[in-house]
Amino acid sequence: MYTQGLDSPGREALHASSPDTAALEARFQARVDADEKIEPKDWMPEGYRQTLIRQISQHAHSEVVGMLPEGNWITRAPTLRRKAVLIAKVQDEGGHGMYLYSAAETLGISRDQMMAQLLSGAAKYSSIFNYPTPTWADVGAIGWLVDGAAIMNQIPICRCSYGPYARAMVRICREESFHQRQGFEIMMTLARGTPEQRRMAQDALNRWWWPALMMFGPSDAESRHTAQSMRWKIKRFTNDELRQQFVDITVPQARFLGLEIPDPHLRWDEASQHYVFGPIDWAEFQQVLKGNGPCNRERLEARRRAYEQGRWVREAALAHAEKQRQRAAQAA
Amino acid sequence: MNEKEWPLFEVFVRSRSGLEHKHVGSVHAADARMAIEHARDVYTRRQEGVSIWVVRSSDITASDPAEADAFFEPARDKVYRHPTFYSIPDEVKNL
Ligand SMILES: [Fe+2]
Ligand SMILES: [Fe+2]
Repeated sequence: MYTQGLDSPGREALHASSPDTAALEARFQARVDADEKIEPKDWMPEGYRQTLIRQISQHAHSEVVGMLPEGNWITRAPTLRRKAVLIAKVQDEGGHGMYLYSAAETLGISRDQMMAQLLSGAAKYSSIFNYPTPTWADVGAIGWLVDGAAIMNQIPICRCSYGPYARAMVRICREESFHQRQGFEIMMTLARGTPEQRRMAQDALNRWWWPALMMFGPSDAESRHTAQSMRWKIKRFTNDELRQQFVDITVPQARFLGLEIPDPHLRWDEASQHYVFGPIDWAEFQQVLKGNGPCNRERLEARRRAYEQGRWVREAALAHAEKQRQRAAQAA
Repeated sequence: MNEKEWPLFEVFVRSRSGLEHKHVGSVHAADARMAIEHARDVYTRRQEGVSIWVVRSSDITASDPAEADAFFEPARDKVYRHPTFYSIPDEVKNL
């Protein structure tokens, strides 16, 4: 995961440009239009750089914070197989965060700056990770729905105009597919289990369905910067297009499981060949984004604690490296 | 957050013997030894590599993309460096 279409160009994108800049911008846009990739040292408009820094770092933060809800179940996974799988999945998410921080750093922001933005609460991350995971079925629902929505969001970014982001995304997408399949397998096991297990699966679907739809970000009418991101080929589809695609492929999967999507308005529309779904509670979405979701405080607290408790390790490793360097210099 | 950041290393992975090392991304580490271990955990969780190189990012000197046109210009008009430049009759074989 997990961009959320929260990306917005900053004010720097709007300032008047000099004739020189105008020519550079025209050349830049021509390269993007010709599907050429933009690489780190190439000239790029400041707005493009800032939009990417914001989007890639938010995406990285989401991967890292995203380890927490599932990490909650590592010590209590029901079997050794499930536990090994869950550890591998959570480790992958950490790796995704690292690929993305590394891609963002090529744009001139440091890892420390990004970390500071996350820990101070200034940076956003995907709203989905501010929901709790009270039962084992949540691990299944997250893999199936959250990673499923993430894949839908991320596949188009593999063709993003910025080379390092596109390459990181290719790597990530290759790894996401196992995440979704292991989640679906958990749901399948529960759905075919005892009545309690079936209830647990349904309950998890009830709680994750709407937050998963919100992962695609505000509706197209609300997201003002989609057009610019599309012109720059950072974005290829609108939030609503991706959300619709997700609903269309997920509803039949729920049917297969014998579970019910918690939406009384949901119906198949023969004319458009799409599912029509009910209204999304955007007030809830805004609240979670603002920091008032069920777990926002807990998640940031966990990241801050990890950062503080790791401080002595980072310092000791640097001191050790410095000592080794001096010894080697003396011996030479 | 005023501490010193671990330096950045660029990572190159040889995916199997017979192939060259290829740039895959970067990692932070206190030293080169640790950078190799981090690179293994970050970039080869699915046996993507049999060998890793790391080099401090600050030690890389790169050509300037803004100068790329002029810099690579000398090769542009030397089409005679390619075999297709020469026309040889079809009846001549093995050439
Ligand atoms: Fe991920
Ligand atoms: Fe994932």
